[in-house]
Order: sequence, then structure tokens, then C-alpha cells
Amino acid sequence: MLAYIIRRLLGAVILLFVVSLVTFSIFFLVPRIAGASVEDMASRYVGKTADAETIRQMAEKLGFTDPLLTQYGRFVSAIFVGADYSTGPTTVHCPAPCLGYSFITQNPVWPDLVDRMGVTISLAVGAAVIWLFFGVATGVLSALRRGTVFDRAAMGVALAGVSLPIFFTGLLSLTIFSYGLGWAVPGGTYVNFAENPLAWAGALILPWVTLAFLNAAGYARLTRATMLETMNEDFIRTARAKGLNERTVVVKHGLRSVLTPILTIFGLDLGILLGGAVLTESTYSLPGLGKYAIDAIVNNDLPKVLGVTLVGATFIVIANLVVDLLYAVVDPRVKYS
Amino acid sequence: MTAPLEASPGSSEAQPEAALKGMGKKAIQGRSLGQIAWMRLKRDRVAMASGVLIAVMVVAAIVALLLDRVFGVINPNAFHQELIDPEQGIPTGPLGGISLDHPFGLEPINGRDLLTRIFAGSWISLLIGFAATLVSVVIGTIMGVIAGYFRGWVDTVISRLMDVFLAFPLLLFAIALVGVVPDSAFGLGRDGSRIFVLIFVIGFFSWPYIGRIIRAQTLSLREREFVDASRSLGARAPHVLFKELLPNLVAPILVYSTLLIPTNILFEAALSFLGVGIQPPSATWGTMLSEASRWYQVDAWFMVFPGLAIFITVLAFNLFGDGLRDALDPRAR
Repeated sequence: MLAYIIRRLLGAVILLFVVSLVTFSIFFLVPRIAGASVEDMASRYVGKTADAETIRQMAEKLGFTDPLLTQYGRFVSAIFVGADYSTGPTTVHCPAPCLGYSFITQNPVWPDLVDRMGVTISLAVGAAVIWLFFGVATGVLSALRRGTVFDRAAMGVALAGVSLPIFFTGLLSLTIFSYGLGWAVPGGTYVNFAENPLAWAGALILPWVTLAFLNAAGYARLTRATMLETMNEDFIRTARAKGLNERTVVVKHGLRSVLTPILTIFGLDLGILLGGAVLTESTYSLPGLGKYAIDAIVNNDLPKVLGVTLVGATFIVIANLVVDLLYAVVDPRVKYS
Repeated sequence: MTAPLEASPGSSEAQPEAALKGMGKKAIQGRSLGQIAWMRLKRDRVAMASGVLIAVMVVAAIVALLLDRVFGVINPNAFHQELIDPEQGIPTGPLGGISLDHPFGLEPINGRDLLTRIFAGSWISLLIGFAATLVSVVIGTIMGVIAGYFRGWVDTVISRLMDVFLAFPLLLFAIALVGVVPDSAFGLGRDGSRIFVLIFVIGFFSWPYIGRIIRAQTLSLREREFVDASRSLGARAPHVLFKELLPNLVAPILVYSTLLIPTNILFEAALSFLGVGIQPPSATWGTMLSEASRWYQVDAWFMVFPGLAIFITVLAFNLFGDGLRDALDPRAR
């Protein structure tokens, strides 16, 4: 068991290393491959109106003229020990974990990210609870009542759910419930939980339900398919044959094997959402990580996007690690190999 | 499903083709797997209807591309400001300015015709949906077959690679990538280079989904007798991979491609909605929804038709994909 955990932890660390390498490449290597010169890249930091000399100086200050390996080394060392930036006459220290420095707002990125994380976590966790419950429950009921009106209706709604983009459903929900009926507050009115829990829930209820509906649809489909397969297995027949009542068969034997595939995609989905529910946050104007990244990309403020990307990837790696460890608890068939 | 079967698929599969030969003129013809699947698909009315709808949409998209970009007959950017209320900036008339001339209504402020814009945007959505899927299916199939067939360290390397790709926050990476690539890249013009980048980014990051499925199928296929037979006849790896294994993987490849296309269409719409996809004034469904999101309080009708266009297209592909899976793999029902 301990060896399994250590191996998984090691795998996660290697994965994080690769993620940092790829993130670095996207921001500093891909633009070069696509034909941007060092000056083009630097001009993003000083604005397109700057003269050639200023841009050239900026490119040198940012280290774009150094070999790529040196640049990557600096990128990683900034994360662990911090870095100093001299963008003008003064030198600013960016403490670890330094994910870069916004050259537009003059703020280090990391504290901004910490500020925004609360919104994203509130949104993701709240929605996850709802969709997990309703998705799995609907899927199980559909499988047990296969071919009935309930099954057909539920699967029809689920199919519509997986075919709807959140930025359309979200807009519809805002129009109907927030603007039309006045039941929910409009977007852009987020309040911290600590300040006013009721207002916090009020601002999040619409995004929660919309996001949960779309995700629940996928979970219901997956749960139903897995459940149908499981209920035909030999061990279910055995359980019935030894006289267990149907409830025990379904809950203790059937549901248990549905947990593994659900857990797998749940970890991935939650990890992705924690790194910024980009679409939901944009639709409802919630000031989370995803909105932060989108606002940054519109302003060409690449260090912010880089920061969110790296944090997002870290969330996914951690979520995967937790799922891997939970496997062992949920499914005794998983061998620690 | 209550209609009597013409001939149950099970029985025609069970009869070896050789036994059917020489059985006289009235003999039952052996059916290939493709024919059996086609028969099942034809009976699935929902799948057939969505298939026809997809075909119509593809033709419409090609016509739209020709009319808009090649012949310039339609102009999705034509203003109709005479139909806009000058004070509020929204279309005059009910339901977002729906009329005989403009069946889907008009855009606020400039009054561009929504039907023309949805029509003109269709080819971008479908092209990116299809092409990105092609990219990921090609990469995924090659990687999956190689990993499954050679096993050992090759499998380990490719499988880890797939894990890495799956660990990426896809949307964030796509946003970042699309953001850092200059608009004039590859010398394809503004829309052209964006479309190229979107196809590449979406396709390149979604190949592991297909790759994993193909790898799993290959792992079990490679143990079958016909692979042993081929190898013992002296066939080299490329022959076994592409002439023996690949034809047996056509069914899963087809099914998962069909189910990947709608995902990719949604992906493109999402990127355009966020403002990092195709740039205005070019019309795409995602950018139209993004514009509609600024108007939902005064002109809620603006969002309806672009949203429905995405929904119906994606639903049609999902329904067809489900039907195709049922037809090709009846055990999955």
C-alpha cells in the first residue's frame, strides 16, 4: 500500500514537471515557431505603440534573447524561490511561488490567483455535489426501470443536456430566472461566503444548477450504461440466488461497481473546474480563475494566463492523484501495481 | 423495435459463407458485417433522421461557404439600420425583428440579418468539427494501435503520454495557445490562420480519448488467431498493423469519431464565445452568442437562433453516433 502511494506521488511530481515544461513551451516556444520574433513577444508587454528601441530593451530585460533552457530554468526557479523584476527604474521582488508578474497592472500573479480561487472552488464544489447526486441517482433509476417512460424521458433530457453548451443554457437561465422572473440575482454580484452566506448562495444558485444540469446529464448516461452492464454480471445473479433482497443487491453489489468509472471522470471533471470554470464564470460574470484568465487574454496579459494554466493543471494532477488513491478504497479488485 | 426482423442478424452471422454457396438461386446471401450494421441502422428511425439532417447541414454549409466566400452572393455583414429602434438600439417589431425578410430576426445596433449570419457561420463550425476530429482520430489510432500491438516500453511511453495530455486543462491551454499564435501565422489570412490553429489545437489535445479506446481494442485483437496466422506466414509489423488490425478497428473508430465531432463543434463555439476563436466581424455561432450575452436584458431573442443552431447540430451528431454504436455493436445496448 505504501509503495503504491509513493509510486503515485512520484508519478504526480513527474506529471507536474511535464506540465510546467509544456506550459512554458506554449508561452515562450510556440509563438517563435508560429513566426513571432523576440521583439513581437516583448511588444506584448510594453504595448504596440512603443518604439523599436524600447521593445528591444524590454526583450532583453525579460530574457527573451537568452537560450530557451536558461529561460526555463528561470521560470522554474521563480516558482520555488521567487524572482526579481526590474521593469523600470525600480526593482520589484516577486516572492515564491512566483508565477510571473503582470506588466499591465504591475502586480505579481500568485496573490491574484489566491484571491480568485475562493469563487472557483465555491462554484465547482457546489455544482459537483448537485450533479453527482442527481446524475448518479437518475442513471441508476433509469437502468433499473429500463425501457419505461421514466427511463426514456430521463435519457432524452440527458441527451439534450450533453448537447447544450453552458453559455447558451446559462444565458437562457439568466434571461428567464434572473431578468424575467426576478427569482435570482443577475451575474456579477458575487459576495464572499464569510461576508454574507445567504448572498453568497444567492449569487451562486443559478450557476450551480445550470452547470450541474449539464454535467449530471453525462453522469446519468454513464451510470445507466455501467449499471446495465453490471446487473448482467454473474455476481449479481449469485447475490440474488443466495436470497438477498433486491435493495441490497442494487446498493451493495450493483452500485459499488458503478463507483469506479464515476470516480474516474469525477476526479477529472472537478480538477478541470477547479482550475477555472472558464465558460460558466464568463457567462455569469463570476470573478473566478477562469474569468481572470479570459480577461487577461483579452488584454494580452500573458503572465496571468500562464499562472492560471499552471494552477489549473496542478489541480487536475492532484485530483487524479486523489482518485488513484481512492480507487484502492472503493474497489478491492484494484491491485496496487 | 417490435417490427419482425427480416432475418435475425444472429442466424446469418452463424452460417458460414461457404455453406451458403451452391445452395441454388433462392439461397440466402451471406451478409457482411457492414451490411448487417447498415440494416440495423436503417431500422433506427431516430438515427436515420439525424443522419439525413447532418447530410443536409453539410450540403448547406458547403453552399454557404461558396456563396459567402467564393461568389459573394450573400453578405452576412450587411447592415439594416433602418429596422433598428434608434433610441434603444434593438430591432423594431416583435420577437427580435422577425419578419418575412428576416425570418430569424436582426442583430441589435447594426441590424445584420441573423439567418444569413447563422447560415454563413455553419461552414466554420462544421469544418472545424470534422477536421479537428480527423486530426485526433489519425493521431489517436496510430498511437493506440502501436501501443496495443507492441506493448512493453512502447506501450508504457505512449500510455504515459496520453495521461499527460489528459491531465491538461484543455480549455485553458487552448485559450493560451490560440492567444499566443499571431493572427498572420502560416500566411493564411485572418480567418484562415485562426481556423487552422483551432483545428490543430482541438485535434491535438483530444487524441488520447480515441487513443485509449483503440489501444484497449488492439490489446485484445492482437491475441486472436488471424493475427497469429498472419505473423506465422511471415508478415511484418506494418502489414499486421494496417492490413490485419486496422480493418477490425473501423467500427470503434467510426463510432467514436461521430461522437467526437459534436464535442469539437461545442469546443469551437466555446472558444469563439470567449473571444479567442474566430474573430468578428466573421460570423460564427459562438461569436453570435457572445454578442447576444451583452444584450440579454433588452433583446433576449438575439440568443435564441444561434443557440438553437449549436444545439440542433450537436444533438443530431450525438443521436447519429448513438445509433451507429447500437448498429455496429449490438452488445452495447
